[in-house]
Amino acid sequence: MLGIAVLSCWEALVRIENIPAYVLPAPTAIWSAFADNFASLMASMWTTLRITVEAFVLAVALGVALAVLFSQSRTIETALYPYAVMLQVTPIVAIAPLVLIWVGFERIHLALLILAWLVAFFPILSNTTLGLRSANHDLIDLFRLHRASRWQILIRLQLPTALPYLLGAMKVSGGLALIGAVVAEFVAGSGTATGLAWRIVEAGNRLQIAKMFAALGLLSALGISIFFLLSLLEWALLHLWHESALKKQT
Amino acid sequence: MSALVTLTGVSKTFENGTRALAGVDLSVNAGEFVSLVGPSGCGKSTVLRLIAGLIQPDDGAVAFPGGRPEIGFVFQEPTLMPWARTLDNVRLPLDLVGMDRARANERAARALTSLGLAGFERAFPRELSGGMRMRVSVARAIAAEPKLLLMDEPFAALDEFTRQALNDDLLKLWDDEQLTVLFVTHSVYESAYLSSRVAVMTPRPGRIAADVALSSPRGRDSGYRLTPEFSAAAGQITTSLRGFIGRTSSARH
Repeated sequence: MLGIAVLSCWEALVRIENIPAYVLPAPTAIWSAFADNFASLMASMWTTLRITVEAFVLAVALGVALAVLFSQSRTIETALYPYAVMLQVTPIVAIAPLVLIWVGFERIHLALLILAWLVAFFPILSNTTLGLRSANHDLIDLFRLHRASRWQILIRLQLPTALPYLLGAMKVSGGLALIGAVVAEFVAGSGTATGLAWRIVEAGNRLQIAKMFAALGLLSALGISIFFLLSLLEWALLHLWHESALKKQT
Repeated sequence: MSALVTLTGVSKTFENGTRALAGVDLSVNAGEFVSLVGPSGCGKSTVLRLIAGLIQPDDGAVAFPGGRPEIGFVFQEPTLMPWARTLDNVRLPLDLVGMDRARANERAARALTSLGLAGFERAFPRELSGGMRMRVSVARAIAAEPKLLLMDEPFAALDEFTRQALNDDLLKLWDDEQLTVLFVTHSVYESAYLSSRVAVMTPRPGRIAADVALSSPRGRDSGYRLTPEFSAAAGQITTSLRGFIGRTSSARH
């Protein structure tokens, strides 16, 4: 409802004020640009989506694995955490050219993947580490009383405890992976890049502003879909038992 | 009557310097229902944790003359896994030793039934009341058919009605399953109702100040609370505590 109202106002504003297309295109113009360039925009979206998903999956896999390692040994945690923080605060804008040189210009997909992963990784690590450490102490004692192995404590107690924390971090990381993929492509230069970022830059350069907006719109749609899917996952896994997902009794 | 577990001269000091226990001597015989009574902070929970093997004594020894028995533990909070259904929660000790699923489910279901929770197997802890969650916790403790049941003020957070109902259910369990129970409480009345023996503990450092023998709790029901014998027992326990209660009120917790 709100969206339709906003779009209508937007359209009206452009027409009434006769705003030139290269400053602010009308929604109808954006739609035409989208329809006209459907194939190339979709192909670009697919490229960006692929990198985002791969980077996200890698971030979750490595983040959880490292968090598990940290939970098993305080020494390792203290030793490695600073490096993880360094990864977090390093702006990919600055190191993108470097990564490209190291990985090789022919493997730009890998370079973009690494950069996107870099952005998405830290929230998973940080939240999962916290979650693993948050296991109820009395429950840990109960497990120890029944002579549970470290593995049993990890699988049956620590990981389920960490799940809500992990799911929360995933919602953040999903969006970050997308941003990382787009920014990496912006900064790693055009050349062989074919994602949505490239389309945006290209359209901008050619003053095809409507097409640029169309690409931006697709980017937003991607971001919203990712967030929505991850929220759905969170609901699916938590709604039966977690405080966050329960309906309030009235 | 053979001793199931003995503590001899047990002392324990925590890392922050608190002398929790000093020279505790206690023995629990098979089939007894022993209550450990004392004010907060006198080390009652520490005694339980030492017996459970969760912490080690600094001095003295915890011994099991007949070999280490199967132990069940009930905490002050229900301490259930919120992501697991009731049956899965009760089945936990059996899962940890690798019992096959079908047999474990059967045992867990039986434990739930003995606590009056048949039909709640698929419920999540969030859906249960406080009293029911505590029943699940007790069911979990008995699912592995323990010889020794250690209970750390399990009913302290419940209302009077629920507490009394659980007291009776516990006594019935004790009798039916021939358990040995070591029950920590700060309620003199609860200890007088439930036990065949009351060990009175005093704090800082914790030690056993008195050992009061009572009659067997077998067959007791709520009417017992109105008998002169009950009053006398409560009086005896209170008297043992009285000399030490004055000391604790000025002490820092």
